[in-house]
Amino acid sequence: MNAKLRRSALYVPGNDPSMIQNAGIFGSDCIVLDLEDAVSIEEKDSARLLVRNALKSIDYGDTEVIIRINSLYTPFGREDLEIIGRVHPDGIRLPKTESAKDIKQVDRILAQIETEEGFEKNSIKIMPTIESAVGLFNVFEIVKASKRITLINFGAEDYTADIGAERTREGKELFQIRTRILLAARVAGIQIQDSVFSHVRDIEGLIKETKFIKQLGFDGKSVIHPTQIEPVHQVFTPTREEIILANRIISAIEEAKKKKSGVISLDGRMIDAPVVTKAKRILKYAQAAGII
Amino acid sequence: MKDQIKLGQAGTLESSDVLVFVHFSPQQKGRKIELESPSEKCFGKIIIQQIEKTLDSLDIENIYLKAQDRGALDCTICARVEAAVNRALKNKGEVGQ
Amino acid sequence: MVVNRIGREIPKNIQGIGKLKPYEGVFKKTALGVKKAPKITFQKRGETKIIDSLKQAVIKAGVRNGMTISFHHHLRNGDYVVEMVLDILSDLGIRGLSIVPTALFPVHQSIIKYIRQGVITSIQGSVNGPIGEISSRGVFDFPVVLRSHGGRARAIEAGDVEVDIAFIAAPSADTYGNLNGIDGPSACGSLGYTMTDAMYADKVIAITDHLVDYPLSPISIPQTYVDYVVKVEKIGDPKGIISGTLEITKNPLRLIIAKKVVEVIEASGLLMDGFSFQAGAGGTSLAVAKFVGEKMEKKGIKGSFGSGGITGYFVKMLEKKLFRTLLDVQSFDLEAVQSLKNNPNHLEMSASFYANPHNKGCAVNKLDTVILGATQIDKDFNVNVNTESGGLLLHGIGGHMDTAAGAKLTIIATPLLRGRMPIVVDKVITVTTPGETVDVLVTERGIAVNPARSDLIGKLKEAKLPIKDIRDLNKEAYNLTGIPEEPQFTDKIIGLVEYRDGTIIDVIRQVV
Repeated sequence: MNAKLRRSALYVPGNDPSMIQNAGIFGSDCIVLDLEDAVSIEEKDSARLLVRNALKSIDYGDTEVIIRINSLYTPFGREDLEIIGRVHPDGIRLPKTESAKDIKQVDRILAQIETEEGFEKNSIKIMPTIESAVGLFNVFEIVKASKRITLINFGAEDYTADIGAERTREGKELFQIRTRILLAARVAGIQIQDSVFSHVRDIEGLIKETKFIKQLGFDGKSVIHPTQIEPVHQVFTPTREEIILANRIISAIEEAKKKKSGVISLDGRMIDAPVVTKAKRILKYAQAAGII
Repeated sequence: MKDQIKLGQAGTLESSDVLVFVHFSPQQKGRKIELESPSEKCFGKIIIQQIEKTLDSLDIENIYLKAQDRGALDCTICARVEAAVNRALKNKGEVGQ
Repeated sequence: MVVNRIGREIPKNIQGIGKLKPYEGVFKKTALGVKKAPKITFQKRGETKIIDSLKQAVIKAGVRNGMTISFHHHLRNGDYVVEMVLDILSDLGIRGLSIVPTALFPVHQSIIKYIRQGVITSIQGSVNGPIGEISSRGVFDFPVVLRSHGGRARAIEAGDVEVDIAFIAAPSADTYGNLNGIDGPSACGSLGYTMTDAMYADKVIAITDHLVDYPLSPISIPQTYVDYVVKVEKIGDPKGIISGTLEITKNPLRLIIAKKVVEVIEASGLLMDGFSFQAGAGGTSLAVAKFVGEKMEKKGIKGSFGSGGITGYFVKMLEKKLFRTLLDVQSFDLEAVQSLKNNPNHLEMSASFYANPHNKGCAVNKLDTVILGATQIDKDFNVNVNTESGGLLLHGIGGHMDTAAGAKLTIIATPLLRGRMPIVVDKVITVTTPGETVDVLVTERGIAVNPARSDLIGKLKEAKLPIKDIRDLNKEAYNLTGIPEEPQFTDKIIGLVEYRDGTIIDVIRQVV
């Protein structure tokens, strides 16, 4: 399980200076400066420079800074990668990833940039986005295609259009993509974020969907408006009861280690490795939420 | 090469942005920079400096540049100047392309 | 020149104004002397106060060159009265007037014309953008004297300002001069700002578009103070007087500031039964009011009062019994006007009751917390609300320095930058409100606490609220914007910032 907390990723339009300079203050774990869907074709060149300059001069603190470049199948993606790679974002979100080959191509370019600029090897991460049936079909090879991959997510609109499904607020049509990508992510040992809930005023609906995907095992969710960040974080914040139990589990393990016992039980339940992992995860989320 | 006028424009008049218009012509000798900014008194000098620096880095000696600032930070100003110049040099004669 | 307590140079006297007293500290200046009183008058039985025209009324009132006349701003940007009066005075050939408005709005732009023509040669009280700008360019011979709401009331009561004729735009008046602001087509709610004028001016002329039979009920300003009543077609435009429903901000950055403000209030321990609170009418303030109301509801807290400029949000809190009363010196929207009219716990208060430090106790002294804005704040927590970055005088004071002095917890809520202008600066251009009365600064990038409030620092730390040094916030601002060049001034003083006790806290000079 990766160390970094990625409960929320705020999309920021790459051609909006006001949003770009304020993106770090809203409290999300990650920001995604978007050069793709948020920027019109005529403005791709200008947005790219805006984002490059922002990365050079704006201090985003602990927030992870990810750039969604254009797909390398467009006239813009290559130039995006070249320009942005050299100012060392934390990660590149790669839209419409369809195969391991797509990943390896980006990996090669980043490796060259890192060498030329003297950056640490593999320090720029890749976060593939699955947005098509082919991409979903190939997801198991995609997640293993590069050491740079720390997180994967998907795009609900493009995917449902591609498979001919109806896009609904309830989201039942996303059951396969969610569970399949989740499986691939866990096999590869990486994190997974859910797609955006685009009905910005419907906070109840957002919470309902976030609770659902958390239950499935997701690590976080992309958001498109700052007011969505807190509700998402609250869903990922453990309850007092969960924290108390987690602490008790960790204590029990430590006791057992001291006494060199074999099987440990607490309240009549067996505590084995998965239970401990879950307890540690709960305490990590609690810490991030500032409640312990 | 035919002598021609090259125009370029980048940015917007939205808050925190700057609209930059550039004009290359064979007659233009040296850099003529016009700045319209609400923070002219406090940051006028710094803004002009940043514009000059960006033009230096792009090796531009002769240019007419007009910047309509809406409270943009330096990183935004430099980005918009660079974009406007690139657009002008890439496509001759059409603004905004 | 002397250097006052807050480190600003103040001249010893100014031609046309006289000797100046330098600021000594927030509660240092003891009140001396007696109040000024208007002349004794006599109204015979059967004499009428109704005058057919405003022109006749001012003639009867004995208007002369060089007089001091006053207005209130309760009709805000829908006011017709100021222009009406000035047009008539100008027609009569009156010159050299000193005007004492409680605030000025864009609708009062004919003032500029009359300044240039010499009809008006001095302003005391407040300015707005265009008028402030021309004063910054040196149009007046005497400096503009800026006073807060409390300071203006103090000055009039003490006789520092002697008002010859007070013009009172009255939404409702009876034939004997009883006035209120809650009825009539131009209803504006509270008439708080004009009460001091009514009581202390030599002559009082009420101008109304809603004249009723004697006696009016309820009575805000009683007949015993009013000389003449004039009925006109319209005293103002309702659309400009009363705002539509004021909405809380939707700007995510300002919402973050509002949330942080509420966290500070909670951590301070003041949010409990008996809580009292004042916020402005801006989007961020309204958001704070809304969030505080939600917290009070959740915790079952019964507050004592909400005060200041009253909006629908405060009215809702009164109706939900989150406050026992509202103390209203200015009603901003329709809900506030209706509530003042119908709810016995919604009380009208005068500017003197509200904020005059030289009486037997003003409302701001009872305030738990106030949320205020700033055009600048510096590392000593001094706040500037008058001049902007280029040095231009653009705003009046309002109740800023009054509420800051009185409230237990004074919070300045502002974004770190406005456009490219840093709000947190090294040294403010003009000191309006002294740092010793300012407790907490809340920006979207962090909270800073005045080092003198170690008690508060402790409480906020206990609540795990991250606190930054205000100098670090200043650095953060300058890192983003660059260091601003200082504005250039000449030696000529064009404005005096008078502290609420009559001392001078800062001067404003002519812009180069």
